[in-house]
Amino acid sequence: MTVITVNGTEQKLQVDPSTPLLWVLREQLALTGTKFGCGMAQCGACTVHVDGTAMRSCVTPLSAVSGQKITTIEGLAPNNNELHPLQQAWIEEQVPQCGYCQSGQLMSAAALLATNPSPSDADINIAMAGNICRCGMYSRIRRAIKSVAGVQQFDPAVTELAREINNG
Amino acid sequence: MGKWTRRAVISAGVVAGGGLIVGVAIRPGNRAAKLSKYVAGDGETLLHTWVKLDSDNVVTAIIPHAEMGQGVGTALAQMLADELDADWDLVKFEEAPALGEFANYPMAQAMLLAGADIPDFVLPTVEGALIRTAHVLDLQITGGSLSVRTTGAYGMRIAGAAVKEMLKIAAAEAWQVPVNQVIAENSQLIHKASGRVEPYCAFAESASQMTPPVSPTLKSVDEFKIMGRHVERHDLPSKVDGTAIFALDVRLPDMLYATVMRAPTFGGGIDSVDEVRTRAINGVVDVVQLPSAEVSSMLGKFTYAESVAVVAKGYWAAKQGMDALNIQWRSTENDGVSSDAIFKQFDRDISAGVDRESDIAQGDLVASMENAAQVIHADYRVPFLAHTCMEPLNATAMVNDGHCEVWVGCQSPLSFRQAIANALGFDIENVTVHNCFMGGGFGRKSRPDYAIQAAQLAVSLGRPVQLLWTREEDVRQDFYRPAIQSRFRAALDDSGDLIAWENTYVDKHEPDEAALIPYSVDVQDIGHVRSPTHIPFGAWRSVAHSHHGFFTESFIDEVAVAAGQDPFDYRVARLQHLPRQLAVLTKAAKEAQWHIPLAPGRGRGISLQSSFGSIVAEVVEVTVKDGNLSVDRVVAVIDAGYAVSPDGMKAQIESGIIYGLSAALFGEISIKDGAVVESNFHDYQSVRMSDAPAIETHIINSGADWGGAGEPGTPPIASALTNAIFNATGNRIRQLPIKNVDLQAARESTATMG
Ligand code: FES
Ligand code: FES
Repeated sequence: MTVITVNGTEQKLQVDPSTPLLWVLREQLALTGTKFGCGMAQCGACTVHVDGTAMRSCVTPLSAVSGQKITTIEGLAPNNNELHPLQQAWIEEQVPQCGYCQSGQLMSAAALLATNPSPSDADINIAMAGNICRCGMYSRIRRAIKSVAGVQQFDPAVTELAREINNG
Repeated sequence: MGKWTRRAVISAGVVAGGGLIVGVAIRPGNRAAKLSKYVAGDGETLLHTWVKLDSDNVVTAIIPHAEMGQGVGTALAQMLADELDADWDLVKFEEAPALGEFANYPMAQAMLLAGADIPDFVLPTVEGALIRTAHVLDLQITGGSLSVRTTGAYGMRIAGAAVKEMLKIAAAEAWQVPVNQVIAENSQLIHKASGRVEPYCAFAESASQMTPPVSPTLKSVDEFKIMGRHVERHDLPSKVDGTAIFALDVRLPDMLYATVMRAPTFGGGIDSVDEVRTRAINGVVDVVQLPSAEVSSMLGKFTYAESVAVVAKGYWAAKQGMDALNIQWRSTENDGVSSDAIFKQFDRDISAGVDRESDIAQGDLVASMENAAQVIHADYRVPFLAHTCMEPLNATAMVNDGHCEVWVGCQSPLSFRQAIANALGFDIENVTVHNCFMGGGFGRKSRPDYAIQAAQLAVSLGRPVQLLWTREEDVRQDFYRPAIQSRFRAALDDSGDLIAWENTYVDKHEPDEAALIPYSVDVQDIGHVRSPTHIPFGAWRSVAHSHHGFFTESFIDEVAVAAGQDPFDYRVARLQHLPRQLAVLTKAAKEAQWHIPLAPGRGRGISLQSSFGSIVAEVVEVTVKDGNLSVDRVVAVIDAGYAVSPDGMKAQIESGIIYGLSAALFGEISIKDGAVVESNFHDYQSVRMSDAPAIETHIINSGADWGGAGEPGTPPIASALTNAIFNATGNRIRQLPIKNVDLQAARESTATMG
């Protein structure tokens, strides 16, 4: 049995521990916001936070995250009534086209801003390099990230903690 | 034009009186009973096919197009709501269910009437007698950048205006006042003299008893309130919090997961399958051979080859099971075919000119070439391209009591329904297609092969099955933008004037006019030869414009250079007869500061293409340093007649540019041993954040007929880019993708030439 914490809730999983986290999230936990695009860490559609760091869940075996805290797109917002500033900016800039890549884009961007609140263009290029958008919304993604740069971010680790306290 | 009868509408004989084909969208009489069970919820009255009004006064536009990212629902809802004078905050939209009742009649009509720029994949219907004999059951298509200019222009607007008139009549009757004293505003009906104000919904039921008016009055542009305004897309909130349901997100009780593989060589089949290692994998439930499927629908006739599926309790087990299979594929006559061989064949067939057919032939080509002061010639090539939608192909199916339900993201739900029914041997009534959000479409999701496979699996397993293709299968079993070769010759007189233009290319695809040029040249001979390959063809964003836009707009640049003239000025001089094109090109040059010189190592290129009813010009700025290319900036100008949703149109142009840029820089599907070499995003690269230029899009609302937006951004980008590289380095790129070109070497060779 593998134990992980996903969006603040502890999960005990009877799954082959070599299974990539992506499929555990989507199939066992029905968290379908995290997407499959390539299966080989090339596209970023499956990006989640593992202890606050952006990881490609399609190549991360469940065993590698045992005991760790995972945040998915469903847990990015601080609570049910509020969006993460990036989610808000994504709507303001009308970023998504098909939207399929956007969970991954948002998770990569959130991890960037949590450690680097005012990234340069070059920082953005590096942090977002692993996320493909076949609809080509890169200018809007860049604009949206910059529009919240410097704005108070929800540190994923802090959000996690708050949630755990709430959940008792 | 008398009262419309149901028959008049369903048959395509609807009169285009006054130039409008409105009848196709307006259902005569009250069809509510028949349709309401499919779309109307509790407390809602279905006024007719396109509009629903519920008891909270919320208007729902029922959109007969699939959302694949283009924001189509929002733009169409704007068109409807504006004519209806609805309160925008009370307007929603939903996609029409895949039933013949919702078939896209306006699209069929536009195709019949216009004909010229209809995408290839809908053509068979137009040619066939389907529409004429009133069986338009197959036309709920999204593609060809047609949504706004057909459904929107001929359907939604008319529907909105008609419903408004009906509501006004209903209110006038109820209030016993003359109808011309009733005002419709913000989803309310108002009678000023008596001070009466009631919401639209108060009259929904009485209005639904009426026959819609024959020709409701439409607003003029200066009366638009919601069209042309920036509105937020309705679907975006669910796309930033992970709640949007794509087909892959469907979860059914007791569902199994599967993946499939077909013979890598197109046309191949299965010889034998050794399943022993696969069946030993924990979680694997079954290994199933799926028969080939014959599909004949509006998409034409296709045979989808047989495949092997591994079904398991989870996708990961299915994938591992697939990797463990030992499959022997049957050999085929195409086993030896390579990209090289294909291009040799093209070269041979163009040279031989066998069965060459002209798209246009005017003037005396031979004499012009003989009398020319200068003749230049060049051959251009583009490779096969895959679509690689962000969401790999997938579908989920369930069969209960002889009824098959399929959840899928597709561009043509009605034809999918038909194809699934045929493949399973079911009556069409026993197939339901639930169309979900599409993670990209780009033309690929107009082919039903993946949905058929899911349905076959559900039948064979007797349980719900979610089929997901690997990305590798998605790249290797696509319907490809064809590889094309195009040969040019141009004659110039001693002043550099272009006196003759000759062009021969392989393989004609839609739209018909894609290879034609807008420039005034008296002598022209543009034609094509047939040179078929075994690689499956598919519509790829902008179809034939995707390659001809590169070919013709590069070669006209070469002509300008040979004439010693500025490429922009040279084009302008030959566009005097086309004021819209001229305006678009001129604005692009102006916004890009075309005539201000750039530093050494930098360059600008320009390109102009009209496609899908819209005119687009693009100017690209590049820097080439030590052989490294950076695409710095793109300025785009579009004239699509009128932009209903200006920000949505800009997003579409940005999207089309990046899609075309990925292809120009990296896109190459190579063939070896009859099969595709590339497999995933590491060897079939896309533009990423650091490659993406700044894009500025400018819109011209010329008031001309409505044009599309989803595709017209793509055709100009490759040539604008290679023209810019030429401007920076002196290197003329005639074969895509650019990743294969050594820009460092090119600079040196230019130096030697100079
Ligand atoms: S699915 Fe994980 S990076 Fe593409
Ligand atoms: S929005 Fe479609 S892939 Fe990014």
